[in-house]
Amino acid sequence: MIDREMMNMQTQSLLQVDDLHVWREGREILRGVDLQVKEGSVHAVLGLNGSGKSTLAYTLVGSTGYTPAQGRIWFDDQDITGFTISERGKRGLTLAWQEPARFEGLSVARYLSLGMREPNVKRIHEALRAVALDPEAYLGRLVDESLSGGERKRVELAAVYAMQPRLAILDEPDSGIDIMSLEDIARLIHRLAEEGTTVLVISHRDEVVTIADTASLICEGRILETGAPGHVCDRYARCCRPCGRVTPVEKEIEYERL
Amino acid sequence: MSDFEAILQAYERSGGNPEFLKSPKVGSLVVSGNQVLGANSIPGLSMTAEQLPDGVKARVVVEPGAIIEQPVHLCFGVIPAEGVQRIISDFQIGMGGAVEFVAHCTFPNAAQVQHIMEGTIHVGPGATMRYRETHYHGEAGGVEVLPRAQVTVDEGGRYYSEFNLSKGRAGEVDFDYTVDVAKDGLAELTAKAMGYADDHIIVRETIRLNGENARGLAKSRIAVRDQARSEVFGTTEGNAPFSRGHVDCVEVVRGQARAHAVPVVSVSDDRAMVTHEAAIGTVGKKELETLMSRGLDEEAAVDVIVRGMLGE
Repeated sequence: MIDREMMNMQTQSLLQVDDLHVWREGREILRGVDLQVKEGSVHAVLGLNGSGKSTLAYTLVGSTGYTPAQGRIWFDDQDITGFTISERGKRGLTLAWQEPARFEGLSVARYLSLGMREPNVKRIHEALRAVALDPEAYLGRLVDESLSGGERKRVELAAVYAMQPRLAILDEPDSGIDIMSLEDIARLIHRLAEEGTTVLVISHRDEVVTIADTASLICEGRILETGAPGHVCDRYARCCRPCGRVTPVEKEIEYERL
Repeated sequence: MSDFEAILQAYERSGGNPEFLKSPKVGSLVVSGNQVLGANSIPGLSMTAEQLPDGVKARVVVEPGAIIEQPVHLCFGVIPAEGVQRIISDFQIGMGGAVEFVAHCTFPNAAQVQHIMEGTIHVGPGATMRYRETHYHGEAGGVEVLPRAQVTVDEGGRYYSEFNLSKGRAGEVDFDYTVDVAKDGLAELTAKAMGYADDHIIVRETIRLNGENARGLAKSRIAVRDQARSEVFGTTEGNAPFSRGHVDCVEVVRGQARAHAVPVVSVSDDRAMVTHEAAIGTVGKKELETLMSRGLDEEAAVDVIVRGMLGE
């Protein structure tokens, strides 16, 4: 424990993942992931679809059915491997879901306020503007099927922004967004970082990774390399794309099943 | 405290605004037990009521072409802990008329109260009627509520009904509405209820699409926990060319509660189409985990989801 604390103080890691193994339906999806995310940084995890990115996100956030068979997760010097998703959320670790859930009868305003320690209208307005949504038009809308996929995705990012978490995991933040450009996503991520939120961006697009301070390349459930985004993107382009080797793809339905 | 003041207080507790019941410009009907405490007609809308030994017989008429701008407020209640209230109602919405009713049924002290509603509703050609009914049954669960309605929607008419019981105990509820829809008509029935302890909720919604191009939706949202039980029977019949109907039932179950759903769809014309969906069980994993990842405890997250579903 003392060694761990000393190590984290030296590296200022907010999140540290050691030798993480996760099995799903008889298959090993994460095969010994090691990852350090420094406090205040924007860190990207880049990998092909099916490389284990979303499994890593669900495992870090503490989703049911994603309990590691082996390995530890440290958050702010605390071993959170056995913590529930709610306990992690209370400590400021949250996830913007790749395909966000719909909520019948729940307004956008209420949804955004749920994660805020002290809900206030000003912050909710700011959050909606940060994802290019007009507060006047969206506060009263429902977070249900009446929102398009792109609108729902932006509301999800706004909810994470409004929460001001310590660590925001953004799973494929650009997927399914119709209007927001990569520049808008980058602006949002940097606003989060400026307010003190550490950001872990998960993507299969190397353009997204260029936003980050540091990047890690994931392949077949292992982190192959961590370093400068440009360098990681080069390797991704040279090695991963031509190879296309992936672990069994995690379908959304498999997440829902557990 | 007078009977009128007592019922107004109960009305307010169930979510109503008593000012509407006092305003001469707003159509209203106030019934406590078998006492008619107020019946306010306004231009285009006639409200009459007569006392019965165990309740009230009411007739509500909207004149043809009359557009009633402000919602008409209805208040039915039983203040004592025991009693029977039978409401026999007849609604006639004249051709091209439009009206919205906001009804509050409140039994705040109920230990052994029976409330029976026997309604006939006729929505004339091209007319529109909206009916929102909110119940408050107190915390003892000593209420038996039997809302029954036979609705006829004429050509081009529109009928929307929402029954909501999401505060306090449900007690015993047996809701039974049947709607016959003529050509180009529309009917939407929505029932939302929450039960706990040993509450028992039965919802029967039947829509018969008898005219060409008729439309219907039978929707129910029920949440039960503890030892409560819910049973939903949603039926839609497509009996005419190009009629379209849908049955949509969601029941959320927690603890030892039990839920049962029987969506029935039938078609007797090969150009009609009726669909259904029913989901029973716990709340969705992703909805739950999304809210928990924002720091909500599981119970709080389920509560947010259920209350949203019930429209609170």
